Amino acid sequence: MANPAHAVPADHAAAPTQSYFMSWLMTTDHKRIGVLYGLSAICFFVLGGIEALVIRTQLAAPGQHIVDAATYNALFTMHGTTMIFLGVMPMSAAFFNYLIPLQIGARDVVFPRLNAFSFWLFLFGAIVLNVPFLLTPFVDMRVIPDGGWFGYATLTEKTYTPGASIDFWICGLQILGVASMAAGFNFIVTIFNLRAPGMSLLRMPVFTWMTLVVQFLVVLSFPCITIALVLLMFDRLFGTHFYMPEGGGDPLLWQHLFWLFGHPEVYILILPAMGIVSEVLPTFSRKPLFGAPFVIFSGITIGLLGFGVWSHHMFTTGLGATSDAAFSVTTMLIAIPTGVKIFNWLATIWGGQLRLTTSMLYALGFVCMFTMGGLSGIMHASPPVDLQQQDSYFVVAHFHYVLFGGAVFGLLSGIYYWFPKMNGRFLSESWGKVIFWILFVGFNTTFFPMHIVGAAGMPRRIYTYDAGLGWETPNLIETVGAFTIAVGVLFFVIDLVRSIRSTSGPLAGPNPWDGSSLEWVTESPPKVHNFDVTPTVYSERPVWEKNYGPGPGYSLPTVEEHIHLPPPSIRPFYLATGVAWFLVSWLVAGQFFTFGVCSALVAVCVILYSCVSWFLEEGH
Amino acid sequence: MLAPRRLLARLFAVVGSVLPLALVAGCGSSTMSTIEGHSDLTRSILDIYGTIFWIDLFLFVLVQGILIVAVIKFRATGKETAPPEQVHGNLQMEVGWTIAPVLILLVIAIPTVSFIFDSQAQAKDDALVVNATGKQWWFKFEYPGYSFETANEIHVPLGRQVDVRLQSDNVIHAFWAPQIAAKRDMVPGRVNHITFTADTVGTFLGQCAEYCQDSHALMKFRVMVDTPEDFEKWANHEKQPVADTNEASDGFKAFQGATCIACHAIAGSSAQARVGPNLTHVGSRTRIAAGLLENNEANLKLWLKDPSAVKPGEGRNGVGMPNLNLTDEQITTLVAYLQSLK
Ligand code: HEC
Ligand SMILES: [Cu+2]
Repeated sequence: MANPAHAVPADHAAAPTQSYFMSWLMTTDHKRIGVLYGLSAICFFVLGGIEALVIRTQLAAPGQHIVDAATYNALFTMHGTTMIFLGVMPMSAAFFNYLIPLQIGARDVVFPRLNAFSFWLFLFGAIVLNVPFLLTPFVDMRVIPDGGWFGYATLTEKTYTPGASIDFWICGLQILGVASMAAGFNFIVTIFNLRAPGMSLLRMPVFTWMTLVVQFLVVLSFPCITIALVLLMFDRLFGTHFYMPEGGGDPLLWQHLFWLFGHPEVYILILPAMGIVSEVLPTFSRKPLFGAPFVIFSGITIGLLGFGVWSHHMFTTGLGATSDAAFSVTTMLIAIPTGVKIFNWLATIWGGQLRLTTSMLYALGFVCMFTMGGLSGIMHASPPVDLQQQDSYFVVAHFHYVLFGGAVFGLLSGIYYWFPKMNGRFLSESWGKVIFWILFVGFNTTFFPMHIVGAAGMPRRIYTYDAGLGWETPNLIETVGAFTIAVGVLFFVIDLVRSIRSTSGPLAGPNPWDGSSLEWVTESPPKVHNFDVTPTVYSERPVWEKNYGPGPGYSLPTVEEHIHLPPPSIRPFYLATGVAWFLVSWLVAGQFFTFGVCSALVAVCVILYSCVSWFLEEGH
Repeated sequence: MLAPRRLLARLFAVVGSVLPLALVAGCGSSTMSTIEGHSDLTRSILDIYGTIFWIDLFLFVLVQGILIVAVIKFRATGKETAPPEQVHGNLQMEVGWTIAPVLILLVIAIPTVSFIFDSQAQAKDDALVVNATGKQWWFKFEYPGYSFETANEIHVPLGRQVDVRLQSDNVIHAFWAPQIAAKRDMVPGRVNHITFTADTVGTFLGQCAEYCQDSHALMKFRVMVDTPEDFEKWANHEKQPVADTNEASDGFKAFQGATCIACHAIAGSSAQARVGPNLTHVGSRTRIAAGLLENNEANLKLWLKDPSAVKPGEGRNGVGMPNLNLTDEQITTLVAYLQSLK
């Protein structure tokens, strides 16, 4: 890497004759790909939010019929699927993409074209999942996925759900799975191989660490859902009976495979936010992260234990006492590293000089509400209590505290923290604080009462309910809360658009928050090649130590470097098209078998062509 | 809109009901409340629930307290000249808050594990066996000891152990009667058990808790806990075929003519199909359509007119009861007949 040859101008990467549109389509720049992920995530987050508003409007009072049962069932399925796979995951991916190379002092990821491929495939998967909304008026069968986000067999079998709704769901998730796996491998290799000289593993920023753990979870857990979905597809398409007891199959096989993916998935959603908070709290307390090695090892432990708890989603399915007891204990064990993290965060702010910026408010909000979600989680870690709470609104309250109060607040903290790095100017701090309070109040108004209706016995996934069970008042309050959240999100989107387009306002400069990791070395926004020279790192807080001692922190070698950046390429887009085409063909085969199979064969040709031209492409 | 005072009172009632403390307050009412137990099973669940609740409350106050105090106490004033002391960690404290949760969790884990094994022990020999099957979207109940079948309403005797054997021959459902039986899934291809001994006479609500498509929200049932004498009376009555099985009656002919006979059984008659609920004593049930509607003339008419208008998805894709396009005349005859099936 450090090649003492002549320096090459940075804009070497931008090919000469591209239109603006083509430059995005062909980009291999991790920062631009990060931006693409982030903007898509926000769009889908808004879409999933609109679905939630319809749900909440329907439930505002007993016995309402704003939407019918079938539509309602499609809405909650799509709300869950969208928020998890198209909202939180790609928003985390936006941070991985934008920040990891910057935090480890690299010029890009190891495989920039693979990175672009992941994004395009993600986008195609998201489109496949949502296209049924547009198709519905034109077909006389159900096409919007409506099996719930965990799609339990046998309900999702052809016998019980004819139509194409489940086929769209299978196809969309398969495409997203390939995208996530490719990104996972890319970031593992990047983090292991492209760290700046001197950055040992324990000197890596905690966000990078959590990213690394998440990528391992992705590559180990996604194969489980891929297999589960392939078997389901076989059942639906070729009449096999993997999940049908009539043919010797077992519906619980689906649940095991799904949750063996699904539980690690929960950590895939929350660990990035934990990483963000572990960066934000120290910066705005002006202290190092308390017990950083403990926080890191807790993250690793959570990741490992995450593979040993899946059956706690199945305490009511009758797996037997021994299994229930074992999974209950492993689930409780996860509370230990989680508790360690929470206390380390508290110890980090204790004795600091807290600057309550918007980003800091979200991080503190994260600690507050994630704790709440963790504590309700301890309740249903105990199977007896779970026998009352499972599939009730109590569980809905729990996972929204973890995934909204937790993951989404963590991600918002990250957006306010790194936006000036990405944009060169700040998001409005005064608006930011107002929005924070709207969201904080709205969030708790929406989700706290769900504990109460849950305890009052309201099952989840019901499109209507009767008066007289004590469910009316909390439901009405929840709906008011949901619209409050919507107002907050609207303000946020407005401020975001305004800030991106703004050409006035104070400039951020390289290090606006007095941060400590390497991304604060380069200017804001960073130039295409990130760093003119690769820094050498002497500490886990290089930028802080450079400014405040005691050590040198980092140094910039004076030798000039040869900067190699990957040129733009259209191959990733081609390959993503081929792979998506191949998987969509099987969706089509559900209705038009021969046509679908032929289409799959054509898709294989497209894939082969894209691969060969990918390998032969010059400059890579 | 409610008057503010009443709204507040309601709010307090709801919030109060979440505290195990409220256990002592009113009981036996028709609610789905999970914090009111009326069987050995649900009461021992509440004991563990209570323990965890207080532990959680303590931890909640501790963490939020530290958070709030820290934010107030350590807010930057803007006048600091140097960064605060750079504390990187403290091994004793780290070890401390790794070990403390282990001890707390033991307090939860021990009763949890013992509950798991106790509650899943083999049912007693003299337990009342009820076979419950989840259907889209109703519950079939068979009493093998008494050889009869009913739907959506299960009677159990006070003080005698009940062993509900849960099954499904279609999609997954869940049997959830919060105050009596807690929850267990009805999984195709398996037989699950839930065993309990009820200790309060009354009617308790239940509902399917596993999403099972269109009318999942409307798939309810009731558990009636009777005194042992009342239970025997009820069971012996259910066992009898109906008094009037005269197949030449207008009612039965209409039943036959409208193809009801293809799906429903009436013990003692030639109607023996088992696709839909057994109607032998449908007239004596308190509700129809899986707990949705009160069992009266108007509602029976409504149901026969078009089941899918009452419960979405009925008759779609061969599931549930189809719209048979009956004339008003047929409906009147049929309703009178159904009401006579006491
Ligand atoms: C294709 C089968 C089928 C036919 C034909 C049919 N039913 Fe049904 N019926 C059902 C099913 C299934 C249910 C349960 C529906 C539910 O609750 O979701 C049901 C429910 C009922 C109930 C409510 C029972 C209860 O306890 O909740 C009544 C009463 C009833 N049917 C009467 C009739 C009559 C009268 C006819 C003839 C006009 C008839 N059914 C024809 C399948 C059928
Ligand atoms: Cu059900």
